[in-house]
Amino acid sequence: MKRVQFADPLMPYMLLLPQLLIVGIFFIWPAAEAVRSSFYLEDPFGFGSTFVGFDNFTDALTSSDYASTARFTLVFTALTTFFSLSIALLLAVKADSVIRGASTYRTLLMWVYAIAPPVAGLIGVMLFDQHIGPLKEFAGLLGWDMQIGVNYFDTAFCMIVIAVWKQVPINFIFFLSGLQSVPKSIQEAAAIDCRSGARRFWTVTFPLLAPTGFFLLIINITYALFETFGIIDLVLKGEPGNNPITLVYKVFLDGFRGNDLGGSSAQSVILMLLVFVLTIVQFRLIERRVHYN
Amino acid sequence: MSYRTTAARIVAFAALATTSTASFAATEISWWHAMGGRLGEVVNEISANYNEAQDACQLTPVFKGTYEEALTAGIAAFRAGEQPNILQVFDAGSATIIGAKGAVVPAEDLLNEAGAEFNIEDYIPGVRYFYADANGKMIGMPFNSSTPILYYNEEALEKAGVSAPKTWEEFEQIAPKLVEAGYIPLSQSHTPWIFAENFMSRHNLPFATNNNGYDGAEGTQILVDQDAIKMHFTKVKEWLDNGYYNFYGSGWADNQKPFQEGDVAMWLGSSGSFGGLMQSTDFDFSATFLPYWESVIDEGAQTFIGGAALFAMSGKSSAENNCTADFFSYLTSPEIQYMWHKETGYVPVTNAAYDLAKEDGHYDRFPAAEVGIQQLSLPSQDNTKGYRMGFYVQIRDVMRREFGQIFSGEKTADEAFKTIEEEANKLLARFEKTSG
Repeated sequence: MKRVQFADPLMPYMLLLPQLLIVGIFFIWPAAEAVRSSFYLEDPFGFGSTFVGFDNFTDALTSSDYASTARFTLVFTALTTFFSLSIALLLAVKADSVIRGASTYRTLLMWVYAIAPPVAGLIGVMLFDQHIGPLKEFAGLLGWDMQIGVNYFDTAFCMIVIAVWKQVPINFIFFLSGLQSVPKSIQEAAAIDCRSGARRFWTVTFPLLAPTGFFLLIINITYALFETFGIIDLVLKGEPGNNPITLVYKVFLDGFRGNDLGGSSAQSVILMLLVFVLTIVQFRLIERRVHYN
Repeated sequence: MSYRTTAARIVAFAALATTSTASFAATEISWWHAMGGRLGEVVNEISANYNEAQDACQLTPVFKGTYEEALTAGIAAFRAGEQPNILQVFDAGSATIIGAKGAVVPAEDLLNEAGAEFNIEDYIPGVRYFYADANGKMIGMPFNSSTPILYYNEEALEKAGVSAPKTWEEFEQIAPKLVEAGYIPLSQSHTPWIFAENFMSRHNLPFATNNNGYDGAEGTQILVDQDAIKMHFTKVKEWLDNGYYNFYGSGWADNQKPFQEGDVAMWLGSSGSFGGLMQSTDFDFSATFLPYWESVIDEGAQTFIGGAALFAMSGKSSAENNCTADFFSYLTSPEIQYMWHKETGYVPVTNAAYDLAKEDGHYDRFPAAEVGIQQLSLPSQDNTKGYRMGFYVQIRDVMRREFGQIFSGEKTADEAFKTIEEEANKLLARFEKTSG
């Protein structure tokens, strides 16, 4: 095979340069800055600073508050990811088998996707509001005195519901297109071999969906860890009190609200490492079991 | 184009040209603030009036979001050398900005250098030293200042046949009657500010070592693990269980709303809430001093201000600093203070403005509007000046979390205050290192 090469050896680097610059300025530089300031305690105005070594890290990791925030983040991420994926899959399978008026159903199911995240958060917060929220009243009918912002569990419940609700449509779109790309011939062959629809789904369709599912799993974990920030802020109305928060929200609280640059940098470095490990685990362990063809 | 429109255009153009030359000649100064909604409108009005009143300076107010956002924006701008002339910083952020040696020009120096009159005794007692340094020099110019007071629904109290409580002991006696009359007796909107910071001041108890933190960040430790405040929180939890008190979370509005709707008979809020309550309630309400425990102190002491102050940022030309000083003088003039007090409910910060409000009969018309300033004018005592602690925003967050756990029954007051003291002292030790 003939190899195509650039005439000028510098050309490929020139073509890469804009992308490298963007990565450098917007990712590498801030990340390096975060690592640097995680070793200092600084006056936010920049007048004084003390090198404290790993103190910021040990302070964060040994505090009971940080541990409980980390625990909640874990539970929150697991539940949000699980429910947004499973509800979306269920809806996609059902929508896939609808024949009459299919496009109407699908449009309705994707609808929420079009709402901007802060607006979705606001709608969710209003639905659960202590004084005027219809969902709070509905819970009251069932004998559940829901107190968002007062009761830890209720607030967590509300955050997860809103986060899942916002994420389901995106997953739905991907699952639906994934389902539609399962070859008809395979489905028909499976139908001859096995009468149980559920079993056919788990043994034939589901494995064929695995690449889509794996992709969505990564996307959803990232979403739950980082992008739910706005929803959490809206539910808490800026005052965390005795309510659950995620690690990313804590970085924001300490850094931007409390002006503790060193402490919040250390926390963001911890998060960076976490994402790093997570990515390796995902690609090393899980992807091996996913078959693309 | 008719003759008339052409003429009108020429006139308009000429007018525009003159105003733009006028503002070109004037020294421009900027003011970053955190006053939204109605408060923001009044800020704009004051600025416009100031620009109208003189030609030398042109002030531009810029709304920067919440208190925390305004401070963070100011810090980022300072590091980039783009700081505004005036930055509004709230009470909990004062240690951060005052602790940063060289970030601000003390208000007192600024005014003295500009040749303006300044006498700290002109300011009302509860306002004077909150934003001052250890020697009593005023660093930040107190701006929107308020203090916690007790608002009560007059109809509710009449229905229950009781009068507003002066002490918490009295509250415990009238609360069952209010419950009988179908009300939740009490709610409050800011637990750390009302039940911790001002609780200490009202009972003249030390809140931190080093003269409540004013003597410097070095070695300052919080002193909340005390019997009086633990007793108070044990009682509050009891009240919560008996239905004498209800807690609606950490949000300010969530706790104020039930009072406005007439479900809660008494609400502890800010004296600055007065203007808003006048508009949003359809029942008669009045206000009185923040209750105290007679078992702790014979006569309740003075409280200090909450709210925010204006800081003159350093690194500006002397022409600009003179304009900032001129604006500070304008802002603290009795007429402007009285207008601010009337429009918003925040207290006037000077004695002269307070006298003007009295002379004008403002308190004959609205007696409740005077309660905050009366409470701030009670005789000063050792621990009524305020507090100065770094990373205080985080300390408040710790308090809110622990108080929430007392209310939910997860922790006793003993356990919670032990945790607060430990975590707050850790934060204070960390803050000490930030000044390098």
